[in-house]
Amino acid sequence: MEEIKPIEKRDSYEFLKGLWKENPVFVAVLGMCPALAVTNSATNAMAMGLASTFVLISSSALVSLFRKLIPKEVRITTYIVIIATFVTVIDFLMAAYAPDIHKALGAFIALIVVNCLILGRQEAFASKNSVWLSIVDAAGMGFGFTFALLCIGTIRELLGSGSLFGINLFGSTFEPWVVMILPPGGFFALGTLLLLFNWWKYKRKSMRHE
Amino acid sequence: MNELVWIFVSAVLVNNFTLSYFLGLCPFLGVTSRLQTAFRLGLANIFVMLITSVCAFALNTWVLPFAPYLRLISFIIVIASAVQFVEMAIKKLSPELFRALGIFLPLITTNCAILGLALFTTNKGYGFVEGIVFALGAGIGVTLALVLLAGLREETKYRSVPSLIEGTALNLFIAGVLSMAFMGFAGLFST
Repeated sequence: MEEIKPIEKRDSYEFLKGLWKENPVFVAVLGMCPALAVTNSATNAMAMGLASTFVLISSSALVSLFRKLIPKEVRITTYIVIIATFVTVIDFLMAAYAPDIHKALGAFIALIVVNCLILGRQEAFASKNSVWLSIVDAAGMGFGFTFALLCIGTIRELLGSGSLFGINLFGSTFEPWVVMILPPGGFFALGTLLLLFNWWKYKRKSMRHE
Repeated sequence: MNELVWIFVSAVLVNNFTLSYFLGLCPFLGVTSRLQTAFRLGLANIFVMLITSVCAFALNTWVLPFAPYLRLISFIIVIASAVQFVEMAIKKLSPELFRALGIFLPLITTNCAILGLALFTTNKGYGFVEGIVFALGAGIGVTLALVLLAGLREETKYRSVPSLIEGTALNLFIAGVLSMAFMGFAGLFST
């Protein structure tokens, strides 16, 4: 463990990097399937993001707790079983407490198991760091993921149905761009966001050169 | 028979796994820089999907009625181990096929398209034959999407693209246009 940074500073660094600098969707381009499949409304995007965050935090904590006991050869399988367990938990929880959202997300809740972001964090971070740091890192990544999903979901819902979180914003004169809530809209929305991100990075780089 | 044809065509074109369900996007964006690789990945996908379909049917019939909460865990583990066994068998029996599928075979086991196939087959309540046809259709659909994107990406390599949009952003826009084209197939069955 690094001793250079004071503990509190390192905590906030691990948390903040997931939100922006190493944002799982915009920078690392991980977890694309849910990022596009369920973001046709802001509500769905939010639910998906929070469910993934729950799975990420709990499995990171557990993997980190057992990191010295898990044999190297079967570690990936072990991670997957741990993740699948928590996904089953959230699947049943949502079916019980939020049946509408559960129905809207459908098989995609179960597909959190194969979200490469979650497995990636276990392999890259939780298996090497203490429980507390792993939880902080997982929370940062999870909220970064939720933030990205919410961005895409907001754009798609605003343009595609003229509303936000189900509340109509533009009145009846607005002609919705139906394509935005259909599959192609997902590709276009994320493509545009990545383009903006590239532009921002490019601007910063050229500013530094001057 | 008609039912089977419908399942097949719908899985290939109308409800294409990659372009309308967004399943298996990681390899879709990651390894489609060359046509040859994309095609092989598609082949491996068809192959694993067929195995998955058989496994899912077996689990649904004999195991899951007694323990429904084991659905996810058992799907993942059984599919991963089945693919591992088949990989060893192919290596022994047909080295050419093994070389053609290469590294992709073990990798795509944890691809969301595979688990998605198992879950969709379960949700739709398909039987054995229907499951196989659905898997074949989904696999061919994924291959089609991969090959199309790889072909278009090879074209963009020789054009001067603005440096701002290069990379994932451009691929996403191409995929969006492809996805829009595939939406047109939705009219095939609107009788």
